[in-house]
Amino acid sequence: MPQTQLNEHAAPILSVSDLNLHYGEAHALKNIHLDMARNQVTAFIGPSGCGKSTLLRCFNRMNDLVESARVEGSIRFDGEEINTAATDVISLRRRIGMVFQQSNPFPKSIYENIVYGLRIAGVNDKATLDETVERSLKNAAIWNEVKDRLHDSALGLSGGQAQRICIARAIAVNPEIILMDEPCSALDPISTLKIEELIEELKTKYTIVIVTHNMQQAARVSDVTAFFYLGELIEAGPTRKIFTNPEKKQTEDYITGRFG
Amino acid sequence: MKRFWNTGEPYVLATGATLAIILVMTMTLIGVVLSNGLGYFWPRALVKIELKDGTAALGQVVQHEKNPVSGTRRLQLKVANRDVSGQDFRWIDEADITGRSLPADAMLLERREHGNYFGFLKGVTAEGISLTASTPRAAFQQARTIVAGKLADTRKIKKQMSDLNSDAERIRLKLLKLEYGGKEKNASEISELTAVREKKLADFTALNEKATATQAEIAKITAQFSDAAGGAKDISLVDIVTEQSPNSMSFFAKCGAYLERVRELLLDDPRESNTEGGLFPAIFGTVMMVLLMSLFSLPFGVVAAIYLREYARDGLMTRMVRIAVNNLAGVPSIVYGVFGLGFFVYGIGGSIDSLFFPERLPTPTFGTGGILWSSLTLALLTVPVIIVATEESLASIPKGIREGSLALGATKFQTLTRILLPMATPGIMTGLILSMARAAGEVAPLMIVGVVKLAPTLPFDLNFPFFHMDRKFMHLGFHIYDVGFQSPNVEAAKPMVYVTTMLLLFIVIIASSTAIYLRNRMRAKYTTSTF
Repeated sequence: MPQTQLNEHAAPILSVSDLNLHYGEAHALKNIHLDMARNQVTAFIGPSGCGKSTLLRCFNRMNDLVESARVEGSIRFDGEEINTAATDVISLRRRIGMVFQQSNPFPKSIYENIVYGLRIAGVNDKATLDETVERSLKNAAIWNEVKDRLHDSALGLSGGQAQRICIARAIAVNPEIILMDEPCSALDPISTLKIEELIEELKTKYTIVIVTHNMQQAARVSDVTAFFYLGELIEAGPTRKIFTNPEKKQTEDYITGRFG
Repeated sequence: MKRFWNTGEPYVLATGATLAIILVMTMTLIGVVLSNGLGYFWPRALVKIELKDGTAALGQVVQHEKNPVSGTRRLQLKVANRDVSGQDFRWIDEADITGRSLPADAMLLERREHGNYFGFLKGVTAEGISLTASTPRAAFQQARTIVAGKLADTRKIKKQMSDLNSDAERIRLKLLKLEYGGKEKNASEISELTAVREKKLADFTALNEKATATQAEIAKITAQFSDAAGGAKDISLVDIVTEQSPNSMSFFAKCGAYLERVRELLLDDPRESNTEGGLFPAIFGTVMMVLLMSLFSLPFGVVAAIYLREYARDGLMTRMVRIAVNNLAGVPSIVYGVFGLGFFVYGIGGSIDSLFFPERLPTPTFGTGGILWSSLTLALLTVPVIIVATEESLASIPKGIREGSLALGATKFQTLTRILLPMATPGIMTGLILSMARAAGEVAPLMIVGVVKLAPTLPFDLNFPFFHMDRKFMHLGFHIYDVGFQSPNVEAAKPMVYVTTMLLLFIVIIASSTAIYLRNRMRAKYTTSTF
């Protein structure tokens, strides 16, 4: 597998090399090499079970929760190795936020959902919290919809709103990277459009890695696309190139829908 | 026909019918308890029945039935006057009855001994006091007021006596401790305390004489009654708890009498080996025991479940522990009773006694049944219910919620306390409701670890340290068994059994409703989004 150098000028914020992941006997990720550049949107595409979500969950060490998972290889975040037993997972997760496929607001008020990350970090200053709530909700483009009911339960929100609350919750702790695991797969087209516009704006401040099943979405929002198949990284490159002139036959077949 | 079976309708009908049968059975149970329990306190008419042989009987009609031998109709009459006739109830053949009437002056007396007396007031003999009233009835009322006043005085004296007595007892225990520590070393203190104690005991004796004298004086105030058969009876007014003339009472007077009896039931002590009077100590004991039990079983159960579900690795060991816990809930309760007696009472209680109260031995302090040991035994019995409920509600929280919290940099413990436990609370409350209901109704294990027929003192009073965990207590469930099957006059005690059962049901329902109300409030707060 060739080392894919995407942006020769800037140092990559995330750099994966020689990554292998086993779920018990199953070899789920095979020898992955991939670099992700700062302030860019990287999209992971591929059929179900190809390992793209698994790779995403390696970045904030969510695979630690899966007892049978065994991760070998190197993941460098800002030049620092994070796939070691000595890594401070808690502070890593504060620097790399995550948005899930199913929106998962906590059974608390909207306000408490947003400040949750700060509260568990020990921040309880009212002014800071208020300021963070407003900034995060504005950045997540949902401030106008919820500003009058910040203290209502977050469970009463629609799917699209709940997902944007989850994005606001993730950016409230000021992460450097936001991982998005199929954030729109459970949303209607209008909510999807709103999230995509949001990703476009967030890109200026954060690095985004997004897993998606929707190829149009990858084409619309991402700068770089990586195509996975059966645990292998088949091809990665600038999105325009992957979608118009892929190097590999498998990529072309998948993109044109001639696959499987 | 075949098509009818194939539609599946018959099976739906069968499920509906099963539910209906269960409902009917539950309603019957509650109906029987309520109809027997609620009616007991209503002042029922005293019927005077004249018989063919010229005699007469006065009493309350209890039931009608067909005589199993002769086939004629007969009725059961509660005639009371146990000390005169030797029995409370009498069967009378309808055919033998020549006349019935409701004499307006028939009276029902509730006495401190020998059950009720039904009869007619003839006069009042009062030695040493002068009665101004002209009619026997008015004189009787006047004498009752005077006696009540004097009784209140004796009660005050009795209260002083019991205070002196408990002071003397405390000094006695202190003396025991001093003597145990060395007679010579503490000689001065011992003699000092002995003097104080003797002074207290002398005061006690003086008061006791005074009380006895007053009582003897009141006992001389008597009323003369005659029963339906004409037999005369002298009854001391002190022995009369309440009196009624149910035949001449208006509806509202009857309501008043009814409410008075309910008040007595809820707030007074039992009389006549528990078959009469109130149930306050039993209600108090039951409630305190259940609350104390929850205090032990809730935290233990929740913490154990958290470990099992959140921290223990899911292996063979965890699964075996889980199966064992589930099976613990099915162990017969008497087994827990025996274990409680051996482990808590004799083991822990015995050790406490030999460590902290060696001077009192061989009289046990904690080494005998008590409310603490009963609560712990029941906590052991109900802790599996709480563990199972907590585990299930933790397991039902969607994975996404946990991951969401962890992905924000929360530790496992923060996720648990800030997100998971609040969400699991409604389920934990369900477990608590079940365990409280079970504990309130459990009798068998309690009989050997601390419940008694009659406890002289409540496990809580205003003497330091307020909660007396070593004391024995009374319990409604045991009360039912005791009154229904151990009392000298089971037939007369039957209504009390229903009333006690009803109260026990009420307590369980009140406790459960409170918990259900709290649970629903929490559930509304923490329902997960369906999206």
